[in-house]
Amino acid sequence: MDYLYYLRQSKMPHIWCDGCGHGIVLKSLLRVIDKLGWDKNDVAVVSGIGCSSRTPGYVDFNTLHTTHGRALAFATGLKIAKPQLHVIVVTGDGDAVAIGGNHFIHAARRNIDISVIIYNNYIYGMTGGQVSPTTPTMKKATTTPFGNPDAPFDISRLAAAAGAAYVARTTVYHYARMDLYIEQALTKKGFSVVEVLSPCPTSYGKLNKLGNGVDMLMYQKENTVSLEKAAQLTPEELENKIVVGVFVDKEQADYQEHYQKVVQKSHNV
Amino acid sequence: MEKSNPNVYMMQGNTACAEGAIAAGCRFFAGYPITPSTEIAEVLAYRLPQVGGNFIQMEDEIAAMGAVIGASLGGVKAMTATSGPGFSLKQENIGFAAMAEIPVVVVDVQRGGPSTGLPTHVSQSDMMQARWGTHGDHGIIALCPSTVRETYDLTIRAFNLSEQFRTPVLLMTDEIIAHLNEKIELPEPSTIKIINRQKPTVPPEKYVPYAMTDTDIPPMANFGEGYRYHVTGLAHDETGFPTNDPAKIEEQLLRINRKIERYRDEIVEVEEFATEKMEVLVIAYGATARSAKKAVQLARENGRRAGLLKLKTIWPFPEKEIAQLAQKVSRIVVPELNLGQIAHEVEWATCRALPVVRVNRINGEPITPHEILQAIVG
Ligand SMILES: Cc1ncc(C[n+]2csc(CCOP(=O)(O)OP(=O)(O)O)c2C)c(N)n1
Ligand code: SF4
Repeated sequence: MDYLYYLRQSKMPHIWCDGCGHGIVLKSLLRVIDKLGWDKNDVAVVSGIGCSSRTPGYVDFNTLHTTHGRALAFATGLKIAKPQLHVIVVTGDGDAVAIGGNHFIHAARRNIDISVIIYNNYIYGMTGGQVSPTTPTMKKATTTPFGNPDAPFDISRLAAAAGAAYVARTTVYHYARMDLYIEQALTKKGFSVVEVLSPCPTSYGKLNKLGNGVDMLMYQKENTVSLEKAAQLTPEELENKIVVGVFVDKEQADYQEHYQKVVQKSHNV
Repeated sequence: MEKSNPNVYMMQGNTACAEGAIAAGCRFFAGYPITPSTEIAEVLAYRLPQVGGNFIQMEDEIAAMGAVIGASLGGVKAMTATSGPGFSLKQENIGFAAMAEIPVVVVDVQRGGPSTGLPTHVSQSDMMQARWGTHGDHGIIALCPSTVRETYDLTIRAFNLSEQFRTPVLLMTDEIIAHLNEKIELPEPSTIKIINRQKPTVPPEKYVPYAMTDTDIPPMANFGEGYRYHVTGLAHDETGFPTNDPAKIEEQLLRINRKIERYRDEIVEVEEFATEKMEVLVIAYGATARSAKKAVQLARENGRRAGLLKLKTIWPFPEKEIAQLAQKVSRIVVPELNLGQIAHEVEWATCRALPVVRVNRINGEPITPHEILQAIVG
């Protein structure tokens, strides 16, 4: 496929560091859109603020770079106003579940037909490596120099509990899986979430002595277990493992379907 | 009961706001309940689905503000309504709408502050927040009704101005006007002037979303209509993409300030009452303008030559209109339900050439005509 067809070539080079996983996610998203044959005019890519949230600037769609954490709020209005648009939100872990956490769980609860791709790098990349709600306990960030005393969110389980129609997690190393999950999410009616673990060698990797981007990819390769396998392991065995797979895949009426019923009733009064 | 005139209603200010929005073509409302604005949401939750629109109660005011910007970018006229604490929460995204030049209407039904303040009591203490509540420099338009009918008309005007100037417009009402029931006659829908945003006429490959046009207001493409472009709150150049070029940054920022200032004569609306042969000028807005009008009447009846200038536009500030009238008088009285937010602006507008007497109240009670009369008499 021709990636350049979807990229705003005049906006290159991108801002991402060598070894950053975010570009791998971007390529996967473009492969899936190409496979689905969607017209570029019918796609909107919406983000908040962060390294990951810079994605919209590079892709030749209707693109909206909003305020930190609020991408889903803007996307909700856009989707309702223009239901024929495929609305895709790209966001970081901080953007999605720290400052944007409330919007995230409510968009899932509402089951609005939006797909969210979360680039989870366990850290605030853009602002230079501060702790995030997904930073594992006792890992280092610039604001947790002696280790993170907080417990992390499991984004996929959070999305599942909040009511999303589709939830999957994978890593950038497993790019074929990433393509599959993103395709399933983009074609799902209702709220769909793909959490992609994406290395940030510059901050998370450096602060926690995890090596360069390649080393961090190898870590993903060697420490990933499927949901099915994880079910048979003890919590001790699961420590430091990355559990991947499809957490939720269900058919349920989405927000628009319910709202149509509201419209019907409003005409009967 | 048969009504002799089907356009006459007993209507509350908040309902008039909701109905005005629908008349203006608003088809999307996102909100979060807060007294004393809630009826606007409740009426629109009922009415919007009937007219092919969408109502959504979001998880908070920040989300509601984001959703209306998203809807407007999708080509649907959109409004949110709130009060004090919610207005504070909306500020960051109001700034986004100003920066990205997305038309939206934000209603702030003012109640006592700061903080949770006085949820059910009147205030006019968000006037400066309306002007300067967001970070950064940008122009803003804020309107202020003092009757139920004016609430209807100014809501329509708010939409028209937002579409015309590609900017957020704030409708600054207050608890008294919002909950006041008045008899009003609504205009025939066909007589209402509606302004819609100017869309690009060039083919998509020629579209420059933030072009430096003669008017300072570049045409706006809606998302999903063939014009793929980038919208960001980052400082951007005419193409909409982020830039660090100081010249480009300045060019755009000066334009979003200038596009309001240069049209201020078109935007500013004031109303004069008994301003012929006057000695004392009362300047008032919102609920307080009602007491002020009564005070001026009482003064005139008692042989005191007072007049009223009612501000229906607060931002951009009617300084020209004020300066002109100020030449005719020896004293100005500014009653307002805050500690002098607009009085301060009046002093600037008149270069402190004459005394500006403040009548202020911040305890949730309105200012009475007699209190203003006392200040007129001096
Ligand atoms: C309201 C607000 N607060 C804080 C910031 C500063 N800020 C910018 S990006 C960011 C964190 C981004 O982290 P994440 O979403 O995980 O994305 P990443 O950069 O790691 O891809 C923060 C805190 C901001 N822009 N706006
Ligand atoms: S700081 Fe981290 S997340 Fe940001 S571009 Fe660099 S590697 Fe990627």
